[in-house]
Amino acid sequence: MHIIESGNVAAAFGVKMAEAAVIAAYPITPQTPLTEKLSELVDAGEMDAQYIPVESEHSALAVCIAASSAGSRTFTATSANGLLYMNEQLHWAAGARLPIVMCVVNRGIGAPWTVWNDHQDAISQRDTGWIQLYACDHQQIFDTVLKAFRLAETVSIPVMVCYDGYILSHTYMPFALPDMEAVRKFLPPFAPAYFLDPARPKNLNTVTLPDIRPDIRGETAPGYMEIRHNLHTDMRKSLDVLSDIEKEFKDIFGRGGYPFIEPYRVSDADYVAVCMGSLSYHLRDVIDTLRAEGISVGVAGLRVYRPFPDRAIADAFSHKKGLIVFEKALSYGNQGALFADIKSALYAKTDRPFVRNYILGLGGREIKTTELADALRNSCKPSSATTDRPEWIGLKM
Amino acid sequence: MTAKTTILNLTDEEFVHPGNRACSGCGLSIIYRTALKALGRDTILVVPPSCLTVLQGLYPVAATQLPSLNVTFASTAAAATGVLGALRAQGREKTTVAAWAGDGGTADIGLQALSGACERGENFIFFCYDNEAYMNTGVQRSGTTPQHVLTTTTPISGKPQKKKDVPAIMAAHGLDYIATASAAYPIDLYDKTIKAKTFTGPRYLHIHTPCPAGWGFLPQMTVKIGRLAVETGLFDLYEIENGRFRLTGQSAKMLGKKRLPVGDYFKTQSRFKALTDAHIEEIQQDVDRKWNAYENNDSPR
Repeated sequence: MHIIESGNVAAAFGVKMAEAAVIAAYPITPQTPLTEKLSELVDAGEMDAQYIPVESEHSALAVCIAASSAGSRTFTATSANGLLYMNEQLHWAAGARLPIVMCVVNRGIGAPWTVWNDHQDAISQRDTGWIQLYACDHQQIFDTVLKAFRLAETVSIPVMVCYDGYILSHTYMPFALPDMEAVRKFLPPFAPAYFLDPARPKNLNTVTLPDIRPDIRGETAPGYMEIRHNLHTDMRKSLDVLSDIEKEFKDIFGRGGYPFIEPYRVSDADYVAVCMGSLSYHLRDVIDTLRAEGISVGVAGLRVYRPFPDRAIADAFSHKKGLIVFEKALSYGNQGALFADIKSALYAKTDRPFVRNYILGLGGREIKTTELADALRNSCKPSSATTDRPEWIGLKM
Repeated sequence: MTAKTTILNLTDEEFVHPGNRACSGCGLSIIYRTALKALGRDTILVVPPSCLTVLQGLYPVAATQLPSLNVTFASTAAAATGVLGALRAQGREKTTVAAWAGDGGTADIGLQALSGACERGENFIFFCYDNEAYMNTGVQRSGTTPQHVLTTTTPISGKPQKKKDVPAIMAAHGLDYIATASAAYPIDLYDKTIKAKTFTGPRYLHIHTPCPAGWGFLPQMTVKIGRLAVETGLFDLYEIENGRFRLTGQSAKMLGKKRLPVGDYFKTQSRFKALTDAHIEEIQQDVDRKWNAYENNDSPR
C-alpha cells in the first residue's frame, strides 16, 4: 500500500510497524509532528506502546535507556539542541550497549537560534558510540527505521536515523507501507540476553576499574578499557551486519541494496560529488545537467556515517580523478568532518583522487542548483588539487 | 501505621551484603539495609552517582541482591519512569521500582526529572538520603546543606543560604504519600517504607542521613547525632498523607514537651564551627517558630 504523507509521519509509521513498546519524547522543531503522530497512534489504540511525554530530551533518553535495560524495544526522536541536551545520555546508551533507535530530524544548532536544516547536530555527536544512518527520501526514512531496529538489536548498539529537517520532515511524498507479516519476518521481537529482573538480579553500569578484575567465582571480568574496546570492534563489525541486513531487506521488500553508498551515474564518472541526506538526491538533477555538458561526474550519497565505511569508500573512489565533498556541517577551526574522514579513508590507497570540500546550507541557507553546478564545473578538472580548507557555497560576505 | 514494629519483625533476609564499600559509621548503610527489607525482593532499584554507587561495589562485584540500574546524575526519576514503562509494556507491574538518590541527585541536578516524573504520576518510591552535601565527591555544598555549614566549597564562612525544603516541593506536586525519616530511627523508616508501598503513584521519602566523614564526628556517633537533629527540633519526622500533615515517631512525642537546644546538636560536629552565638540564637528562633506552628496544629506547610 502506498500513502502520501510527510517524512515525520513516514518515521512514525516505521516505529509503529517496528512495534516499539516504550516511546519517550520531548517536542522540538522540526521533530514534533513525528512524536505527535506517535502519541495519536497510541491514544487511538492503533499502536500498543507506552508513550511517555517527558519534561526534557535528557529524560527522554533516560526513559529509553531504562526501558531498554528492563527489556523493552524503545524509541525516541529529537533535533538540534535537543540532541545536544542528550549528549551525556548518548554516550551512556552506547556504553551500556542498548539497542535504542532515535530519529534525528537534522537542524542547525544555536547560537544564534535557527530552526532550519543542516547536519551540525548529528555530526557533532559522531563520537558518542551511536551508529548513524542517513535517509534521502520518505521511503528511506520508513525503511531505515525498520533496519535500524534490526541492526541495533543484532549488534547491541544504539542507532540514529538522520533525515533533513523540513526538506524531508515536512514535505509530502508517496511511500509504500509493507504488510505487518513481512515486517515481523524481517524484525523479530526484541529478546535481550539480560534485563532488569528481580529473579536474576544484576547491577548494571557499575563503577568499573581501570584494570581487569576477578569476580566472586574467580573468573576475570573486563576493565573499562576492554568494555570500550569491545564497543569499537563491534561497531566496526556492524558494517558487515548492516550489509547483510540490507540484502535481506531487499529480498523481502524489493527495495534498497545500498548499505553504505548510494551511487548515481558514478560507475563511469571521472569525478564524484559526495554528501549525506537529501542533498544527494537534489544533486542528481545537477549531475544530469553537467553530463549533458560533457562533464564526467556522478553523485554518491553516504548512507552510514558511523561506523565509517572507509573500505567501501576507498574501494569505490580510489580510482576516480576527483571527489567533491558537500557538507552541511563543519568541524570549526579545521574542515568538514566528512571531508577529513574521506581523505583519511583514501590514504590507505597509493592511487587516490583529489578531494575538495564545500560547506553549504548552514542554518537552512538556500542551496541553489546553479551554485552546485558552478562548484562542480570549477572542481571537475584535471588541474584540481586536494584542498586542506573548505570553500563555502552561497556565502554572502 | 502499626507502632509495634520492632527489629524482630524485620525479615532475616539481607539484601545488602556486609563488607561493602560504605565508610564506617555511614548512615546510608543503616537506612539502605533497613528500607530494602521493607521493599522486598520484587524490587528494581535506580541509582544515580552518589555514595550509594560506591557502597554497591565495583564491577564485577555487587553489594546489593536486587537488580540495580546505575544512571546519569540528572536522570534518576526519568530512568525510574523508563523502568516502569517497560514493566507496564511487559505486564510486570507488580514489581516495585525504587529510586535512591542523594541530596544533590534529588534537590539539585535531579530536581527537574523528579518534578517531571511526579507531575506525570509515575508509580515509584523515591528515596532521598540527605547527608546535606556532595559527600561522594568530597563534601561540597548542596541545596540541602544547612546555613552556615562548612563544606569544601564553603570552607571559611560557611554556606550563606538556608537548606532547600525538598519535601515541601514534593508536597506542592500533590503526592499522596510523602514522609521524612532519619537514619537514627530505622524502624520508623521501615514502617514508612511499608506504608509507602500501599500507595500508588509517586511517593517520596526524605531521610536525614548523618555522615561522619562529611560532618566531622566519630563513626560511633551516627545514631546519636541523628537523634539529636530530631530531638532539637531541627529535623522533623512527619508524613504528608493525601495532603494531611502529621508529625510521627519521636517528633510526635515531642509535641507539648521541651526540646533540646539546637546548640546541643551543633557542638557535636566540626562542620558547624563557623556558627556564631548570634547564628545559633537565630536558628533557635526559627525552630521555635516552626514548633509553635506544630503546637497550634497549624502546619507550616
